[in-house]
Amino acid sequence: MGEPQSTLHLAVALDGTGWHPASWREPGARPAELLTAAYWTDLVQEAERGLLDLVTIEDSLVLQSEHRFEPDARTDRVRGRLDAVLVAARVAPLTEHIGLVPTAVATHTEPFHVSKAIATLDYVSTGRAGVRVRVSARPDEAALFGRREIPPVRLEDDALAELFDEAADYVEVLRRLWDSWEDDAEIRDVATGRFVDRDKLHYIDFDGAQFSVRGPSITPRPPQGQPIVSALAHRTVAYRLLARAADVGFVTPRGPSDIEAILREIRTEQAAAGRADDTVHVLGDLLVFLDEGAGAAADRKAGLDELAGAELTSDARIFTGTPAQLADVVLEWRDAGLSGVRLRPAGVTHDLPLITGGLVPELQRRGAFRTAYEADTLRGLLGLSRPANRYAAA
Amino acid sequence: MSRPRKQIHLAAHFPGVNNTTVWSDPAGGSHIDFRSFTHFARTAERAKFDFLFLAEGLRLRLQNGEIYDLDVMGRPDTFTVLAALAAVTDRLGLAGTINSTFNEPYEVARQFASLDHLSGGRAAWNVVTSWDEFTGENFRRGGFLPQEKRYLRAKEFLAAAQELWDSWSGDEIVADAASGTFLADPDAGRFRIMSDQFDIGGRFSVPRSPQGRPVILQAGDSEEGREFAASGADAIFTRHGTLEAGRAFYADVKARLAKYGRSADDLKIMPAATFVLGDTDAEAHEKADVIRHQQVSGQTAIKFLEQLWNRDLSAYDPDGPLPESDPLVGESHISRGRASVRQHRDPIATAREWRALAEEKGLSIRELIIQVSGRQSFIGTPAKVADALDEFVQTDASDGFVLVPHITPGGLDEFADTVVPLLQERGAFRAEYEGTTLREHLGLAPVRSAAERSAAEGVRS
Repeated sequence: MGEPQSTLHLAVALDGTGWHPASWREPGARPAELLTAAYWTDLVQEAERGLLDLVTIEDSLVLQSEHRFEPDARTDRVRGRLDAVLVAARVAPLTEHIGLVPTAVATHTEPFHVSKAIATLDYVSTGRAGVRVRVSARPDEAALFGRREIPPVRLEDDALAELFDEAADYVEVLRRLWDSWEDDAEIRDVATGRFVDRDKLHYIDFDGAQFSVRGPSITPRPPQGQPIVSALAHRTVAYRLLARAADVGFVTPRGPSDIEAILREIRTEQAAAGRADDTVHVLGDLLVFLDEGAGAAADRKAGLDELAGAELTSDARIFTGTPAQLADVVLEWRDAGLSGVRLRPAGVTHDLPLITGGLVPELQRRGAFRTAYEADTLRGLLGLSRPANRYAAA
Repeated sequence: MSRPRKQIHLAAHFPGVNNTTVWSDPAGGSHIDFRSFTHFARTAERAKFDFLFLAEGLRLRLQNGEIYDLDVMGRPDTFTVLAALAAVTDRLGLAGTINSTFNEPYEVARQFASLDHLSGGRAAWNVVTSWDEFTGENFRRGGFLPQEKRYLRAKEFLAAAQELWDSWSGDEIVADAASGTFLADPDAGRFRIMSDQFDIGGRFSVPRSPQGRPVILQAGDSEEGREFAASGADAIFTRHGTLEAGRAFYADVKARLAKYGRSADDLKIMPAATFVLGDTDAEAHEKADVIRHQQVSGQTAIKFLEQLWNRDLSAYDPDGPLPESDPLVGESHISRGRASVRQHRDPIATAREWRALAEEKGLSIRELIIQVSGRQSFIGTPAKVADALDEFVQTDASDGFVLVPHITPGGLDEFADTVVPLLQERGAFRAEYEGTTLREHLGLAPVRSAAERSAAEGVRS
């Protein structure tokens, strides 16, 4: 058992009771506790016991629905959720090492507010914050704000590309605001009576197609300098967003040949965006059903599908099997060029402990995953240094 | 039989981004590090305070076109830091100031409902309004709101948020695995709001929170502000006055409640209060004078004077006399992003009063500003301060106080250790929390859901 041959990054995506719509009915699920702090704290602490790099926390402004563009009237699915940034903040003081990456909807929220919220998450977690930006093309989500109308879009529409371009602008504003205070702007100089050196505070003067933001932020530069920005991507417009704006991308390949094609596309877009030398970690998403016995996971999936009344479909590849079999897939995907995987537990109270207590030890046995946290910040866990401030004089 | 002693309600204002906060003191710590917030919140909770209070400002202040650099500056995001504080406290109420102009009701309702869930029923919202384009430059919508519409928007914003919180009655989630029924009502959360400012609809995504809605705080002494508070706020955050001024304000606001079907206990009146403690009254007064000089340096005095005179006075000596000239009165103002600027309603008359005062007492610019800009509210030994606070409450000049310490984060420690036990001894302040929610701490009746209200209406008619 030597040193890991290359660093593998593991993330878990948290969403309600899990990613199978009937997961709330599994034994051990805690569907009545989804709105409590204790539930989320337990999950993130479990992920931290498994030495995972980060958890993402799903969110949307709309109530969950199985329609793509409007609310549904289902009563047999989990409905209702808490704001993901606040869930992450509530958990932050009760964890020490794991990265916290809540979802923010770039299409409707204010970049000024979200920039300071993620900066503050970075303060309360002492350097473990990230954000996953999500684009919303749902007319019903727009109707909650009443600020703009979004007609139902098709995936090939230019309108979708415009929404992704807007999200790239949004991330640019987040990032400029994080840099709008230099690290040593607070001087507390009693002799001159000055609390700050105002030459180290910067207007960001962003002027984009959809909005403009003046700055500076009201929140000083966060501990990591730049918290981690991530996004989920399935197609070219979204790969372009990753390439232009993100540190971490989540993608949904079926297997190694997909991975090569996706990475080629992202790296080409990175070069086009002038970021060829920047690290953009690409993690593959897998929706996982885990069990120790052969065939047990597939049986469990069949049982849940039956409860749900339909076979599970997902944008991500669905895996059923043992933790050791999952380790094979994870390493195969890593060898195809990914930085790691983001696992979506089918039933979180069942599958998360099998990730932390089964998959992780298996990967450690194979010398492929950390045996202790090696850094105090999320950037550190991802092998990223603290970036220089874009506004600081060289 | 005498009535039970009126109970004092206490809130702790995290030291503000202004010159009340003395950053030059060696005891002054970080204004942004989470450890400062934890220390402050735990002190307040150890002393059984009702709630912690955070102010907000969404743009760094300017003076003479430059970022104002003499005061503490930099704040965390209100919601995020309150959610984190919920993890390191157990009972303390968590109150945040959130602007109704540069936010949307759906999002704010969602954030407060989430905070209320994540804190087990301890959230409170201080609703503030603004209109200025200056702050708007940081937001998508920019400075779109005409000044005369800011209260309209605030009222409609709050009403919209109430409707969103009321869109779930609290009994919809059954989560019955055996039958497969998660939600009892397929339409839970449905809303449609059309008003001057808002045209929104859909289903609200956060089921009813422990308090039903956050406790609603409202600041401001204006006629419009008083009426707004009387119509729906749970507590009003005022400026400190004298006992007489406090009683007049108290009587006025409480008398407005009946017409909204509310009783005197439904709205708590809590003035902001600063304090200086000493082993003797003389020592406390000496400390108070030192603190006033820390708060108003020569440079700060010039900046204050510029805010009234509305012109560059940097050439003036703070230890010398006031300018002979009158203030500039006009549209554009030298200072931006500062609420107190609006308080100088008649700058020329105020300047004449200040000059007269300075001449009469022989005051320099700095000494004058120290006199006219907010002496501490309560100064003395812990026993004297406890007496004075209790007298305010027992004689209906207030229901309690929002205490504003001048040091971050330890500025509340001495008060917690010395004054609070004296208030507890005399039975004027809780020795233990009796409830778990902020509404319970404040002695407010539970919020009834829309369903409960209509049931009650049905019984009455």
